[in-house]
Amino acid sequence: MLDKAKDAVIDREFKLVGSRPVRPDGVDKVTGRARFGADISAPGMLVGKVLRSPHAHARIHSIDIHAALQVPGVKAVVTRDDFAENAKHKDVLCNVMARDKALYEGHAVAAVAATSAAAARKALKLIKIDYDILPHVTDVDEAMRDDAPLLHDDMITSGVDPAPEKPSNVARRFEFGHGDVDDGFAKADVVIEREFKTEAAHQAYIEPHACLASLTEDGHGELFCCTQGHYAVRDICASLCGLEVSKLRVTASEIGGGFGGKTTVFLEPLALVLSRKTGRPVKMVMSRDEVFRASGPTASTSSSIKIGATRDGRITAGQGEFRYQGGAFTGSPVQFGAMCAFACYALDNVKTVGYDVVTNRPKQAAYRAPGAPMAAFAVESVIEELAVKLGIDPIEFRLKNAAQEGDKSSYGPTFPRIGLIETLEAAKAHEHYSAPLGPNQGRGVASGYWFNFGGATSVSLNIHPDGTVALVVGTPDIGGSRASMTLMAAEELGIPYDKVNCIVADTASLGLNETSHGSRVTFASGLATIEAARNAKTEMCARAAMIWEISEEAVTWEDGHAKPAGANAGDFEPMSLADIAKIAEKTGGPISGHFEKNPAGAGASFATHIVDVEVDPETGRVEVKRFTAVQDAGKAIHPSYVEGQFQGGAVQGVGWALNEEYVYGPDGKMQNAGFLDYRVPVCSDLPMIDTVIVEVPNPGHPYGVRGVGETGIVPPMAAVANALSAAAGVRMTELPMSPPKVLRAIDDTRPSIAAE
Amino acid sequence: MRYEAPSTIDQAVEILSQADGITRVLAGGTDVIVQMRSGMVEPDLVVDIKRIDAMHEITPEDGGFRVGAAVSGAQLGEHDGVKALWPGVVEATELIGSTQVQGRATMVGNLCNASPAADSVPALVTAGAIVSIVGPGGARREIPAYEVTTGPGKTSLEKGEIVESILLPARPARSGDAYLRFIPRTEMDIAVVGAGVALTLHPDGTCAEAKVALGAVAEVVLLVEPAASAIVGTRLEDEALDALAAAASAACRPIDDKRGTIEFRTKVAGVLARRAAVIAHDRARG
Amino acid sequence: MSQIHVSTTINGDPAEFLCEPDETLLDVLRDRLGLTGSKEGCGSGDCGACSVTVDDRLVCSCLMLGAEADGRDIGTIEGLAEGEHLHPLQRKFLDHAALQCGVCTPGFLVAAKALLDHNPDPSETEVRYWLAGNLCRCTGYDKIVRAVLDTAAEMKGA
Repeated sequence: MLDKAKDAVIDREFKLVGSRPVRPDGVDKVTGRARFGADISAPGMLVGKVLRSPHAHARIHSIDIHAALQVPGVKAVVTRDDFAENAKHKDVLCNVMARDKALYEGHAVAAVAATSAAAARKALKLIKIDYDILPHVTDVDEAMRDDAPLLHDDMITSGVDPAPEKPSNVARRFEFGHGDVDDGFAKADVVIEREFKTEAAHQAYIEPHACLASLTEDGHGELFCCTQGHYAVRDICASLCGLEVSKLRVTASEIGGGFGGKTTVFLEPLALVLSRKTGRPVKMVMSRDEVFRASGPTASTSSSIKIGATRDGRITAGQGEFRYQGGAFTGSPVQFGAMCAFACYALDNVKTVGYDVVTNRPKQAAYRAPGAPMAAFAVESVIEELAVKLGIDPIEFRLKNAAQEGDKSSYGPTFPRIGLIETLEAAKAHEHYSAPLGPNQGRGVASGYWFNFGGATSVSLNIHPDGTVALVVGTPDIGGSRASMTLMAAEELGIPYDKVNCIVADTASLGLNETSHGSRVTFASGLATIEAARNAKTEMCARAAMIWEISEEAVTWEDGHAKPAGANAGDFEPMSLADIAKIAEKTGGPISGHFEKNPAGAGASFATHIVDVEVDPETGRVEVKRFTAVQDAGKAIHPSYVEGQFQGGAVQGVGWALNEEYVYGPDGKMQNAGFLDYRVPVCSDLPMIDTVIVEVPNPGHPYGVRGVGETGIVPPMAAVANALSAAAGVRMTELPMSPPKVLRAIDDTRPSIAAE
Repeated sequence: MRYEAPSTIDQAVEILSQADGITRVLAGGTDVIVQMRSGMVEPDLVVDIKRIDAMHEITPEDGGFRVGAAVSGAQLGEHDGVKALWPGVVEATELIGSTQVQGRATMVGNLCNASPAADSVPALVTAGAIVSIVGPGGARREIPAYEVTTGPGKTSLEKGEIVESILLPARPARSGDAYLRFIPRTEMDIAVVGAGVALTLHPDGTCAEAKVALGAVAEVVLLVEPAASAIVGTRLEDEALDALAAAASAACRPIDDKRGTIEFRTKVAGVLARRAAVIAHDRARG
Repeated sequence: MSQIHVSTTINGDPAEFLCEPDETLLDVLRDRLGLTGSKEGCGSGDCGACSVTVDDRLVCSCLMLGAEADGRDIGTIEGLAEGEHLHPLQRKFLDHAALQCGVCTPGFLVAAKALLDHNPDPSETEVRYWLAGNLCRCTGYDKIVRAVLDTAAEMKGA
């Protein structure tokens, strides 16, 4: 694969990048010392708890907090009256504290601060709320009907011309594509049309949301919380609480998983306002039940896919309509779904339409490649079905149609250098793809795409007099990124890994950083780290030039040393970073490097997964027997954590494919808000997850890095569905493919098995 | 809430019978504490029976074993004697929860929690287990395991009564038992369907006696007589097993819920009963 | 509601505390004793992040009352390393990158140590089933299982 890459970065011999050192935060994490969101306390701290709506949809007439305030130990109760209207963050405000209506079961309606959890709980029970219960809707297709209960009286669908006259639950409409799909379908020998549904999944990070807030009457605030983006938390909280941004310092704790779910605020504004009202620090921690009911799961979806191909395996047209509900507010990731759906293919005729729909469910938050996995489940299922129908090997069929550099993507832009073909070829060549299968077993394949993002990035790198380096980044470390940043800094500076110490700074100590999302950290903070190191090297070369009394241009940096650039520059003993650092005080003062910019050029990452499943035809139970995840990393900085991202994404996808779902009762309440019945994969459910790291360098990053965090969850659902189809002869079009659904599908094709 | 940890069963009974309000006996606590934490129950009194030494014992009795109420799943699983005698009972008990839960959860607790999906109960029922109950004033009575649960969360225990132990009786020659459950994952789920089978063979290899019990397909564990009759007198040939499966399915009166559908539970009850019967049969043949 | 006085041993050291009758051992460890290495991921015994040993038996500290700890011997993640020497499992978890976010790691380590104490030579299947009560959402378990198996191999060789 590598020999195909023309980019210059590939020729670089790395000394450290590509090795697997122990992460800098490792010892703290294996000894229990690492401080996560709920692990911090403050003197005089109060406990905050939230009262949540028991109704899926209800008008709130009145809230009586009088009795709650009489409970000994209760210091404050806050409700909607404690938050001013906020035009900029209207939905976020309404989500963290219900205004005129409770829009979903679990919607916060009041919060209490007390000297003990018991007192706070007692107070919650004494808050009297007069609700007027309204009809509710939780299913996306039902929510789109004309007679559906309306969540927002003023919601007029945007993106439709002319604009509808009546409000509805459809917030937005999107359309992407090019060519003429009708023309394309007319040219097809085979056309397959299918309808799909996917249920909402939760990111199910093991650490519930937690924060500790302290806000003084003069507007100075400190907030410690588990978040993927403490700068975003700062900005939103400052706005909602009426604070100056510079006076609110947010520190990101160690974060116990996020996967997109910790990119917004839930408890933080409540804790700040409670702290201001009581004059004391307030700590709030969600229960697991609250995490399920009141944080941000992903969207549930329905979609209609139509793909046509010629007999020789060329896709002539692809069309998809995607309907995503994102909970009670606008913002489902349907736009991304519609954009990613056909991104793997070079198509002359493609059209996708997306509808962003609101329902009485918690406001969705990002979940790993938001929107893409559901679309890929639908499209990649039909792609496999087409390949089977045409009698073409599924990987071969994908290769015949795969997008590559120079192709116009299905959503508009033209692709730069991408690695889809390389992942398909690696999958095809992998021993797994031709390994024998046992009885009731089947093999499936699927590919997936995610854009990857750049965004605001600041990094500071300080050279210390003892020759060590402090690397200060502002992107919370959600999966080992401090190790990758350290590797890149050490590589660039030419010093050992253990001479660099990377920390995640608080919002007051470093310039703006976009949240750790969009697979952007190793790309953007990594690029910034390299640029900051280069910046510092330039300064160190200047110091050497000053000492040697030659021009700055005559000094170069090599192997961790400043050296004369050539024979003409003079004959001087090279100075190491430590040599220069030691005398920095005498040569002009402290040396540091910086980078503050919005890096563009985040290279897209494609993946192809192979999965073998075994189906119990009598119970519909599906077991994953083997899994191989192939993905383009551009350049793997720390291969262990790259593999970890592939493996984690694959297994989350397996969970979503087989058992994870939000189960709603007719009352609009979630019935499985716990790890007992929201069934994430457990250790004994799985085989080892094989990985293949493909490296097609990203021209937009100095070392060729492509983010790898998200793409890995895009292919698994379709890959499992395709394997299941091969194993049991049934085409599942609804997620999760839980045993009752699979068994019914099997029985529908082979009714004689039923034990009547 | 009051917490008491008496050191004798008489004290425990005394405390419980004199208590007002909501009381709970705490053995492994893997159900009770979850219920307390979720606000499902707010007991006024919790009586921890783990300070009663006898409750932790497994003692041989008349060719069988008496298992104390505080014996954890892990402890039971480590007892070679019980495992050899009633492997189905031990396997069923070991299916309850994780390794961590096994460190605390007890067979008696599983029975007294009275969930229709309790894993150990179908196995206890088919093994013919006898439950020893102590009441106020030290009055003792014994009832079959089958009679303990009367509905979801409901038992036939009177106020002040505690289950002290369960007697797993001697196993007749040429007999075997097995328990299987269906869960979507491999661990950590509540049974969607459970099936226990115990059977005894004649010296000629035909089935002399059988019991088939099903979990999670009705409000209580069902003892399905027609399913048992379907294999008595047979060598568990395919037709006999088909009849057993059909009878098991026919006996189900399950509900649709987040864990499974009526259709699914009904069908899978037959599948699992059949598979459990095959394992029990293999064990009986030795 | 009066508090209960409890005398216990934690990681070999005597410890005393007062707790409410309905407080869990996990609450006591975290909020009263400052031992925040044990995590609450679910509070219902379904995630294993609060795993501790009680008289050498692996349990979820969220499913045990603090009051029950009286006279018991409690082992937590904070007692796994001996002074500055990490336990072999801790080293192998680092070497294998068997953690991403790390919040489940203390529970996995306590559970894995209990496994190796009980069965020094587990198969992959035995490791997977023993650890089924410890949820990890980041890693897909692959590297965790490898780290445990590798530790067992190393300790056996030692």
